[in-house]
Amino acid sequence: MHETAFLIGQIFNGFSVASLFIMAALGLALSFGLMRVINMAHGEMLMLGGYLAYLTLLVVPGPLGILVAMPVAFIGAALLGAVLELTVIHRLSARPLDTLLATWGVSLILQQAARNLFGAIGVQVVAPSWLNHTISFSTGILSGLTLPDTRLFILAVAALILGGVALLINKTRLGLYVRAVNQDRPIAAALGVNARLIDLCVFALGTGVAGLAGVILALLGPVTPTVGQSYIVPAFLVVILGGLGSLVGTTIASIMVGLFTALIEIYVDVSVAQVLLLAFVILFIQIRPQGVIAVRSRALEG
Amino acid sequence: MKPASLITILTLALGAAAPWLISSYELSLLGRFLAFSLVALGIMLTWGEGGILSLGQGVFFGLGGYALAMNLKLAGLNLANGDMPDFMQWSGVSALPGFWYPFANPWFSLVCVVLVPGIFAAAFSWLVFRRRIGGVYFALITQALALAFATLLVSEQAFTGGFNGLTDFSTFAGHDITSQGAARVIYLITFLLVVASYFFLRWLLGTRFGTMLRATRDGENRVRFLGHNPLPYKVVAFTLAGMLSGMGGALFTLHAGVISPALVGVVPSIEMVVWVAVGGRNVLWGAIAGTLLVNFAKDEISSALPSLWLYALGGLFILAVSFLPGGIAGLFTTPRMPRFFQRRRQEAAE
Amino acid sequence: MNTAPLLTLENVTVDFDGFKALTDVSLSLAPQDLRVLIGPNGAGKSTLCDTIIGRVRPTSGRILFKNQPITALPEQDIVRRGICRKFQTPGVLPSLSVMENLLVSARKNRAWWLAFSSSPPAAEQERAEEILETIGLTDRRETLAGSLAHGEKQWLEIGMVVATDAELLLLDEPTAGMGPQDTQRTADLILSLVGRHAVLVIDHDMSFVEALNGYTTVLHQGQILREGTVSEIRADAAVEAVYLGRAKEDVA
Repeated sequence: MHETAFLIGQIFNGFSVASLFIMAALGLALSFGLMRVINMAHGEMLMLGGYLAYLTLLVVPGPLGILVAMPVAFIGAALLGAVLELTVIHRLSARPLDTLLATWGVSLILQQAARNLFGAIGVQVVAPSWLNHTISFSTGILSGLTLPDTRLFILAVAALILGGVALLINKTRLGLYVRAVNQDRPIAAALGVNARLIDLCVFALGTGVAGLAGVILALLGPVTPTVGQSYIVPAFLVVILGGLGSLVGTTIASIMVGLFTALIEIYVDVSVAQVLLLAFVILFIQIRPQGVIAVRSRALEG
Repeated sequence: MKPASLITILTLALGAAAPWLISSYELSLLGRFLAFSLVALGIMLTWGEGGILSLGQGVFFGLGGYALAMNLKLAGLNLANGDMPDFMQWSGVSALPGFWYPFANPWFSLVCVVLVPGIFAAAFSWLVFRRRIGGVYFALITQALALAFATLLVSEQAFTGGFNGLTDFSTFAGHDITSQGAARVIYLITFLLVVASYFFLRWLLGTRFGTMLRATRDGENRVRFLGHNPLPYKVVAFTLAGMLSGMGGALFTLHAGVISPALVGVVPSIEMVVWVAVGGRNVLWGAIAGTLLVNFAKDEISSALPSLWLYALGGLFILAVSFLPGGIAGLFTTPRMPRFFQRRRQEAAE
Repeated sequence: MNTAPLLTLENVTVDFDGFKALTDVSLSLAPQDLRVLIGPNGAGKSTLCDTIIGRVRPTSGRILFKNQPITALPEQDIVRRGICRKFQTPGVLPSLSVMENLLVSARKNRAWWLAFSSSPPAAEQERAEEILETIGLTDRRETLAGSLAHGEKQWLEIGMVVATDAELLLLDEPTAGMGPQDTQRTADLILSLVGRHAVLVIDHDMSFVEALNGYTTVLHQGQILREGTVSEIRADAAVEAVYLGRAKEDVA
């Protein structure tokens, strides 16, 4: 294979991994911006989305099953997210570190529940035939480059979700409230914005998007009780790199992490890549501790 | 005599007499859990008093454990002859890697048990804290560290023993460590180190350092705008916690006869926090009691109903953190409440 | 007496991504001066304080303290030079006792490796006791600062700022959330500090500003609008237009 083709292939891989990170990190970043809490059970929303895709395909087999699975996974994960917000996160939200620990407890319980329900080995979701093609180049400089349809599909879904959320935040009334609460919670609340409800909506939206991402993950490999875990740690790093609750920052950070991982894996194996990614993050915060997009705060602490 | 000092003396006497009071199986469990409690003491120092939550203490535990295990693995081998640990031969390594050589010396290993985690903790925390990355961010970065460390240990099988870790030890500095007598000695050393660490931290938290650490937890910027640099207090606390974890890891390796990636990764690291959350994050004896309690419970539950343990652990986290933020020790004492317990009340007052 | 200014701001501009919080502000404060800074919400008063103590860095211009530029110093070093600030929402250390709060503030040798002693030097302890009395919290000595009443927190923080022995104290809305009685007490407390320290007070409660009766600077939309005595400011039509008129209505 031509070297350029290989490199372009890796860059393409990087972008498709980045799309997964965007979908996984979007909810984390939005809620973090609003409430300063991180939901450690967010990875299990991916897992839930995967299992919901599996179940949906049992009910609706055939080529369009996956399209049915997506709204099902979104709604399922959003509902679970709403329950989680109402029961655990809201009552702890003044204590971000405790929220982290409590939601980690939730994550453990969800993983174990999946293990008991579906087994530890995992279930397989077969990609529909219309996603089974690959675009291959056999001539010229790109000779040998193959772009699987599933990966293109991931890119398209991520772009759609990102566009949708951006529209929601920037153009709708709900989005206006979200931005208001983001900037100054007490003032927004004083002006009559129901900040509580905004928290809940954004949280549920974020977990719903993670559920959607879970459907995509199911197309790439088996759904296991710990499938979310392998994506959630890079997603956390994305949140750190992105800057407080910024959509643009999260997107750029996802692409950075995705590309970094894909390109570094040309030279080193996956485990070393993980170490280098962490080193990259630590190096990055030496230069830009406030993240890709800086947000100013007037509070003494925070 | 005050009841508190009476309890202290009784506990010390019971702990010291334990090798002759309980079965050797129970003693080995107690020894392991006491080794864990060194980690817990470090978490109490950083998280409870310093407000720094690390989800990666397993890394320092592992560094200490592996530093000693490398020596135990080399014990009895004739290095000049080209002898190698068994797993290296199986992995097809041709010669002992250079960084293994110094660990043939037991004293070098012992120094490394404390120094390697200490230096690594200092460098890591300095890099992160100097750019004022703290709170949730720090927790997430330490978790990524735990993940990277465990994955690296697994993948570099030829140098680390991979997934199985390092095991099958027989002697340390020429002494047999497998006999029942040795088990008692190792237990007593562990017990002594826990007691010494307890009193050391009690002294430390009573000094102005302790006050500064709590002040930094309460309001890092306020401390800064009073003319103090909060960085060294945080780095020193984190470094001490790393060293305690390293010691714990080494002692655990002696008790359990094994150190492996499964003991140092993301899940074990966060489990270490639950010991302290249950026991009480602001009370030294709470950290130790929580470690013993949670681990004995784990031993009971997971041998009877293995899948139940993860539910129990998850539930324990949610309940302890939501309803008992002071932990068990919080029921007996009135610890100084960190800011986050009071914020609600403060908000209500304003 | 030394007439060289203690603090000088030279053409300080602060630009938050296009929003000019401060434009070309020049200001000078003599040692042991009492200066009052007033202005409507959003005039840039807190930003001015933030800039002096290094929390916000000026986009252009410079700040001199005792004729030394401090614009680029780390925050804690600015404090060590002799500037300390009280924040708007009281910045006490809630899980430390009142006394501990004062002792942390009074700590003179701030090197961390000298922190491993169990008791502070006698001089610092005496000073803390003295301040405890000045701020009227002697009977709250061992109370955790987090459980103090709002007004008590304000006084404690003033006490902490004083305990650093800084030559310049910046007090950001020290009477926020106080009743008239407490406001008067606070004014007396601040007046008792003048002479030992230079004090810059930010507030917008006119009765309080009148009680302090210091030289007053009016800030409006990030710029200095007027400077003068309280009565001059009271009589100024431009000030009245942007600020006092509205404040009067608010009171009425």
